[in-house]
Amino acid sequence: MNRLLPFIGFALIVALLAFGIHWNRSHDMNWVPSPLIDKPAPEFNLPLLYEPTKTVARRDLLGKPWLLNVFGSWCVTCQDEHPVLMAYAKKLGVPLIGMDWKDDPDTAKRWLAQFGNPYDTIIVDENGKAGIDFGVYGAPETYLVDAQGVIRYKHIGNLTPDIIARELKPAIAKLGKEAP
Amino acid sequence: MKRIALVVAVLFIGMHAAFAIDPLPFKDRAEEVRFQNLTRQLRCLVCQNQDLADSDADLAKDLRRQVFEMMQSGKSDDQIKQYLVSRYNDFVLYDPPLHAGTWLLWFGPFAFLALGAFVVLRILRQRARVPLSPADSGEDW
Repeated sequence: MNRLLPFIGFALIVALLAFGIHWNRSHDMNWVPSPLIDKPAPEFNLPLLYEPTKTVARRDLLGKPWLLNVFGSWCVTCQDEHPVLMAYAKKLGVPLIGMDWKDDPDTAKRWLAQFGNPYDTIIVDENGKAGIDFGVYGAPETYLVDAQGVIRYKHIGNLTPDIIARELKPAIAKLGKEAP
Repeated sequence: MKRIALVVAVLFIGMHAAFAIDPLPFKDRAEEVRFQNLTRQLRCLVCQNQDLADSDADLAKDLRRQVFEMMQSGKSDDQIKQYLVSRYNDFVLYDPPLHAGTWLLWFGPFAFLALGAFVVLRILRQRARVPLSPADSGEDW
């Protein structure tokens, strides 16, 4: 038995390191869990991209669940995500609100003209303050907000058909069941 | 030659500071020191192995400005940290607070140390008990 001890110790270390490699590969090491899940969405009041004189505030969106997608024309991953939003936005059953984050509105308009506009409404957060309140740290980020204005789900990084099917759709379906 | 190297080195140091720190209108040296101290305890969310004071990421600039503005409006260091933690989690703090979720982080190393000490003690005791066998006396070489 005592002769086996070093071998067992070695096997344990190998198992630990193998687990570490596996964990690093299957998880995004930059992912930071949001403390805002199941908390009220932060207050905001931001101008619309296409009608800058009008604004949309958090309370204007109460009463119905909605999806917030944080994007920017400068953001390369947003371009990867864009075709997915174009394909799925109308099928999700909740309005998709775009937040043009830390971006020049004119550039954003050109970007949307070129690639298409999947959003029902677009609000502009030019200085990034509202983004900080939402805990945004890397666009694209997507938040599901329920009818009471509570954040129920967050995805960091680009939405893919797989993530929409596995995570987003079930999260939206859950909201539908709770509603009377 | 040495002098040129020195000049180049000094230039590099100067450049680094100019890139990393955007000019903020501090009212005195004490406020600046407080700001530097505070931003060194906060993590940049974009380049996660850099602190907020050092990072050149765009979001880090915004967060530095946010910290600065909160200092101007008379918020304490703890209030500013709380503001960021409520948005970005404990992860923004380089010094993680002690609570149920961080027990392993805080006490894990001590647990391993205790385990190691236990193993060493056991081996030593065992060796003390077993006398050296004749073959191990070391006289045959």
